[in-house]
Order: sequence, then structure tokens, then C-alpha cells
Amino acid sequence: MKITREDVLRVAELAHLDLSPAEIETYRGQLDEILTYVEKLKELDVTGIAPMTQVLPAVASGAEHHPELRDDVLAPCDVGESVLAAAPDAAKPFFRVPKVIER
Amino acid sequence: MTAAQSWTVAGIREALAAKKISARELAAEFYGRIERRNPECNAYLALCPERALAQADRVDSAIARGEPLSPLAGVPIAVKDVISTRGVRTTCGSKILENYVPPYDATAVERLESAGAVILGKTNCDEFAMGSSNENSAYGPVRNPAAPDRVPGGSSGGSAAVVAAGMAVAALGTDTGGSIRQPGAFCGVPGMMPTYGRVSRYGLIAFASSLDRIGPFATSVTDAAAVMAVIAGHDPRDSTSAAVPAENYPVRIGDSVQGLRIGVPEDYFGEGLDPEVKSRVLAAIAALEKMGCRRVPLHMPHTNYAIAAYYIIATAEASSNLARYDGVRCGLRVPGATLMEMYRKTREAGFGPEVKRRIMLGTYALSAGYYDAYYLRAQSVRSLIARDFADSFQKVDAILTPTTPTPAFRLGEKAADPLQMYLADIYTVTGSLAGVPGISVPCGKTNAGLPVGLQIFGPHFGESRVLQIARAVEKSLGNPA
Repeated sequence: MKITREDVLRVAELAHLDLSPAEIETYRGQLDEILTYVEKLKELDVTGIAPMTQVLPAVASGAEHHPELRDDVLAPCDVGESVLAAAPDAAKPFFRVPKVIER
Repeated sequence: MTAAQSWTVAGIREALAAKKISARELAAEFYGRIERRNPECNAYLALCPERALAQADRVDSAIARGEPLSPLAGVPIAVKDVISTRGVRTTCGSKILENYVPPYDATAVERLESAGAVILGKTNCDEFAMGSSNENSAYGPVRNPAAPDRVPGGSSGGSAAVVAAGMAVAALGTDTGGSIRQPGAFCGVPGMMPTYGRVSRYGLIAFASSLDRIGPFATSVTDAAAVMAVIAGHDPRDSTSAAVPAENYPVRIGDSVQGLRIGVPEDYFGEGLDPEVKSRVLAAIAALEKMGCRRVPLHMPHTNYAIAAYYIIATAEASSNLARYDGVRCGLRVPGATLMEMYRKTREAGFGPEVKRRIMLGTYALSAGYYDAYYLRAQSVRSLIARDFADSFQKVDAILTPTTPTPAFRLGEKAADPLQMYLADIYTVTGSLAGVPGISVPCGKTNAGLPVGLQIFGPHFGESRVLQIARAVEKSLGNPA
């Protein structure tokens, strides 16, 4: 594995992190070391092994069908006020953010 | 151990019924202990005495009216700070949520209070539950009550420490890769990770959704079972919550272990295992054999790949879950000229080094061109690890291993080397990936007096079996509770 400074900058951009120059260098070395360790996954032959998509088999979870397929019934969710109360900058009923569209 | 430290669920019940103490007096006693012991330990981040005393008064009035005691009536309990509590600051050990006050309670918290428990406050933890030492908290590390120069383990270090130090009778923690079991082992208290989906995650602030679980710490397996009985069960508000009825854990733990097949995988006893930890764990296994358990040697061939698979899957999920902290809806906002600048500055200022490292790692693993090689391959390896467990449970009733390769390490010892810290999770991440339940139960101490934990895994929804064996180990070591 060879993680470059450019790799770190690209990932930081995707992750919306404004890393300092010192962090860029630290993470470059650490990601390189960790990903080198992770290379060991390549030792295994995973041909025909399906990637896990559900933690529990349907039988184990006791559901005849998966529980996420519940009936689509309306339920009250009256939290607007309290959610906005925790916002850094609210203008009811909205969250206020810096201008995104220029005129 | 002084008499003041020995409150148990059953003891509280008796004392309340006999009117020897009120729930309010008990809560006040625990706040007194916290005031004396927490400054050194740094295990509580926030206390909620108003809420606790109001709840204690409700318990006391119910007793005065002659109503039957609810299962956890008056029991003082602490809650890890990644679990939402209405009106009580919930920081996740992070600066980005420094002033966040949730507008609702987690289901587990709601269930505890409905059962009469008194929530004392919120416990310190690694930031967003990412860590194995509690050194990643933005609010300072927790010290291990058994050895103040050592870490309590993580990420639920505060929850393990408050129980070990007598600052709560039980506590809720969360376990993603070992975050309940490892601090349980380091602090010398039982800590249980239930089956994935057994306890609702509603209100648990997410780290890695396919791995996160809420579970209890207590001073005895009996008390851990009492808490499990209250928090387990289906919850329609968590779509991954299992529709399997919970068993009556407090009754089932008394069952005899005679004839049970206990599997001992050689893969957990190899290089890197501290000799004293090994000898205490093997002694506990020998004690179980004396009680009539049959020891079965096991080989779980993919054990050695678990850390690599875990740190790809967990960080990938974390990078996605933590995308929500952008300064818009809650928590910290650092102003910026543009929306993008605000996002970037907020996240840079709000997240600590380990959280950023994991977001970076997870983002990399999910990024175009790398998804198949890392994330998808890790999920295939996860299937292989789950298969190791399924095959083993064809032959045995439970799997017994050390919880950790070493006893509690010194503060700062591994802080500069993230990979070494990750590798210390080697025995716990396997069960996390497989979705099975596991407990760490104390099985003695090293010559230096550091606690050692025995880990017991059961099949999916085999909590009763796990607790029953843990209880037998505890009894063999002379814990009468």
C-alpha cells in the first residue's frame, strides 16, 4: 500500500474535513499503515461467498418477513419545535444556513 | 469492599420493601459517592439529580400506596453518553455535540425508567464510541478504579468505571467491537453485549449501525440479567429490532450447567496472549468442567482476519453516519462564508483525531475504485466469520475465550499508535461481526491485582445460556450475589 498526500487530500475533500498540514502528514502515514495491515483480507479466497447484507438470518430474527417491512401507517411525530430549539441557527420552521444560490 | 459499596438489585428491593431506606435516600447516597469519587475517576460527564430525584419520589409514592415494586424499583443506573436522554445533555464524548440536549429518550432509557430505575447521569466514553481506552474522549480520559494509572478500557470506560467504583449499581454501555466487554474485563465487572437486534437501538447515536448494541454492566451477573430482562424486546421504532420474545433471564441463570458443551477455540490462545490472562481463563474453564461442563476443542479459522474486516466495515459505516454533523441541525457550528466552508470548518473543529482518522479510513474504503477491494471483500470475510460461529454452535452450547489479550494497559501506552490499539480488540470483534451475544465476566486478577475477563459467546438469542455459564463462573469464584 502506498497512500500519497494526494489520496489524503481527495478523501478529506469527500469527507468535508478541512485538515491542517500536520494532520495531512499524520493521517497519510497512519492510513498507509492500517491499509497495509488490511491487505491481509486478500489472502482469503472469497469466491462464491456472498457479502453479508443482513446481520441475522430471517429465521434467527423470528420474523416471517423482515421486520423493516412493517405496515405503512401514519404515526404522530410532533418534534419540530424541540428539534429546532437545538439548532445552531433556526428561523422557524427552517434551519438557516449561509446563502447557497447567488443572484 | 465496604458495606456501602454492596448495593444489588435484590438488596435494594428488600431494603425498599422493608422501608429501611427510601429511593430518594438511596439516590442521595449515590450522588454523595459521585461527589467524592468522580473527581479522580472522571467517569461521569453529566448528572441529572432533578430527574433522578423526581423518579425516586415516584418509586417512593408507589411504595407508600402499597403497590408492588417494579423490577428495578429505585435502582441507581448510569447511562453512556452516546444514548439519548430527553432534556439531559448528550455529548457522545465529542466537542461537536458539546451543547446537544436530545428532545427524546432512547427506548432502553424509557424501559429502565418504566421499570423504576433511577437514572443518575451520563458517563464518559471515547468520542462517538470510537476507541478501546477512553482516551479519545474530548472531556479527558477515565481512570480505572482498580488501578488509577491505567485505562478503564473503551469505549464504554465511564460506564464500567462507575459500576466498579460503586458510583452506580448498574450502567448501560454500547458495544460495537468490544466496547462493553473489554472495559468490563479491565475494570473487573460483568458486561454484556446482547444479540444484534435484541435491545432496541432507538435513541442510540449511531457509530456503525450493523454492529452497535446496547447492553448492561453490573456488579454481578445476576444484576446484569435483571437489567437485560428490562431492556430486551422488540421495538417498532428500530427496524433492526428482532421480533423474538425475550427470555426470563433472572430465572434462567440459576439453571445447572451440568452437561453443557463449552467450546474452547485454539485460535484465541495463541501468540500475544498474556500468560497470566491465559492461566486465569483456563482456570475458569477448568472450574466449569468440574461443574459438569464438557470441554470441546474448536478451530475457528477466520479469527485472524476479524480485525481487518471490522476496521473496514465499522469505519465505512461511521463515515456515513457521521456525515450528519455539519453544523446545520444540531451541535457545533463554525461559521463560514459558504455552506461548504461552514461544513468543513465545523467538522474540522468539532471532531477529535480518532474520529477523523476513522472517517478518513471509511471514506477511503467506500470511495470509487476501492469499494470492491475493501468494503465488499470485508463483508464477504464477515460472512466467513459468521460461518465459523454457526459451524461451532453445531458442536457446542457456548464458546469461551479470553476477553482481551492483556490486562488494562497504562494511560498513554498505546495512544500514539492507532494500529496497535485496534489489534487489542482481537478477541471481541469476531462476535461483533457475527451478531452473536457475548459477556465478559471477571475470572480473577493478575499478580499485580489487575482484573482478568473471561468471554462467553452464545448463539443468536442465546443470552440465557451465556448468563447461566457466566453466573456459574462467578459462583465458582465466590461472588454470592
